[in-house]
Amino acid sequence: MSTYTLLGALEIGLIFSLVALGVYISFRLLRFPDLTVDGSFPLGGAVAATLIASGSDPFTATIAATVAGACAGFITGWLNVRLKIMDLLASILMMIALYSINLRIMGKPNVPLIAEPTVFNLLQPEMLVDYVFRPLLLVFVVLAVKLLLDGFFATQTGLAIRATGSNARMARAQGVNTGLAVLAGMALSNALVGLAGALFAQTQGGADISMGVGTIVIGLAAVIVGESLLPSRKLYLATLAVILGAIVYRFFIALALNSDFIGLQAQDLNLVTALLVTVALVLPRLRQRNAGKKGG
Amino acid sequence: MLKAQDLRLTFNPGTPIETQALRGLSLEIPSGQFVTVIGSNGAGKSTFLNAVSGEQRVDSGSIEIDGIDMTRQPVWVRARHVARVFQDPLAGTCEDLTIEENMALAKMRGQRRGFSFAVKPALREAFREQIATLGLGLENRLSDRIGLLSGGQRQAVSLLMAALQPSRLLLLDEHTAALDPRTADFVIQLTARIVAEHKLTTMMVTHSMRQALDVGERTVMLHQGRVVLDVSGKEREGMDVHHLLEMFEKVRGEALDDDALLLG
Repeated sequence: MSTYTLLGALEIGLIFSLVALGVYISFRLLRFPDLTVDGSFPLGGAVAATLIASGSDPFTATIAATVAGACAGFITGWLNVRLKIMDLLASILMMIALYSINLRIMGKPNVPLIAEPTVFNLLQPEMLVDYVFRPLLLVFVVLAVKLLLDGFFATQTGLAIRATGSNARMARAQGVNTGLAVLAGMALSNALVGLAGALFAQTQGGADISMGVGTIVIGLAAVIVGESLLPSRKLYLATLAVILGAIVYRFFIALALNSDFIGLQAQDLNLVTALLVTVALVLPRLRQRNAGKKGG
Repeated sequence: MLKAQDLRLTFNPGTPIETQALRGLSLEIPSGQFVTVIGSNGAGKSTFLNAVSGEQRVDSGSIEIDGIDMTRQPVWVRARHVARVFQDPLAGTCEDLTIEENMALAKMRGQRRGFSFAVKPALREAFREQIATLGLGLENRLSDRIGLLSGGQRQAVSLLMAALQPSRLLLLDEHTAALDPRTADFVIQLTARIVAEHKLTTMMVTHSMRQALDVGERTVMLHQGRVVLDVSGKEREGMDVHHLLEMFEKVRGEALDDDALLLG
């Protein structure tokens, strides 16, 4: 594998680590199986690309994409909390709705960003080439997000959100408005995914309506890989694990796609991901069963 | 002060499995009083407790705490005035959070939660001192996940958590039922100590007649969703479990007679 592919894998891995952090918040902290992600990722991309293409400042566009993601998550939460629609179904409804919304935002199936300014080429110093600078900038963004999240979940409000996911009945008995906590958590989760979508569109030369397909599986894969790499219940280690998981996962995907002897091609990506997640989900149970046999 | 008036609640109304859980239950508990509530299965003990805490909406009747009407308030609003310890030790604490995080959560019960850190050094020291009074050696395990503690330890911490923030009413829901006899005894003594220390208005639901007479200053018996016996003071002091059992049988007999009359 060349340095170029390696840095490319790192770059995409870092972007998907934002998705993975979002998925960690919904699936693990809130225990809300949220598929909105498949819609909020392209939503972030669509909003950012459309705004930039129409002459907006890339920073404003990226912030707008993040806010759009937050709104999507908020609505999924609202469908569940207020309208009492089952969590998984609420997120599927939102995901489907976002497909149309994304097409409306872009006005066509894709918005290319070729000569337009992006947050990456605006900040890029002359001494660095773009494929080195992009992962470098992303490392800073991801670290900043991680530290902010660690800090937030240690505050009184953050603790209330974690308690809601862990034991909602107890949280209510302690005076936590659990409905509001779910809304806030879902908005935060999808804001990160929207941000990831915006950054993805700006590194990959545009937004495409199909860019969201399988995002949730990739995010979940990153969370699961991270948890098996670095199993810890401490939050600051768990967020680190999730980020590492996303990078390692992308690295292995790049390896698989670049090894001629396996014969995999880019279109096999989703199949490989599905297989990987299946294995990662089944492995711990098999290990447990074997341990149980030994013990008994 | 708790003032529950004419509470009525029917589960599955209009169906073959219709159950009248509360049938005009009224009870007043003056401030600072420790009341124990007993009754057989299906007497409405838990339903009554859930109605007071807000987990269960009543069909009619009213619930006031210190003169504030709570009948239509959700659980998290009532939590400002009501502290609660659950029957299941796993229900009252968050197993994924550490001991100190659980305590920090309870410390802010019913308060506005902001964006300052939940566990600050000064608070941690206060928690350490308070948890040391339990004598369980937990003072050095504040940053352990509470899921690692035993049921009895978690129940003891739950009790402590209930007293971290002043409350107008403490609800104890058979909180020793899931524990072994020795641990149950420890938790009941701890309960008496904490209630006395903080002069808490307390309602304790229990399945044990012995316990009902041993702690608190007043005992109420529920049967078929109503208060059928209410003893306190001198009358209660001289009472033993078999007195209570006799009274219980008598009440049940009368109830049976009622039914017999209706059926006849």
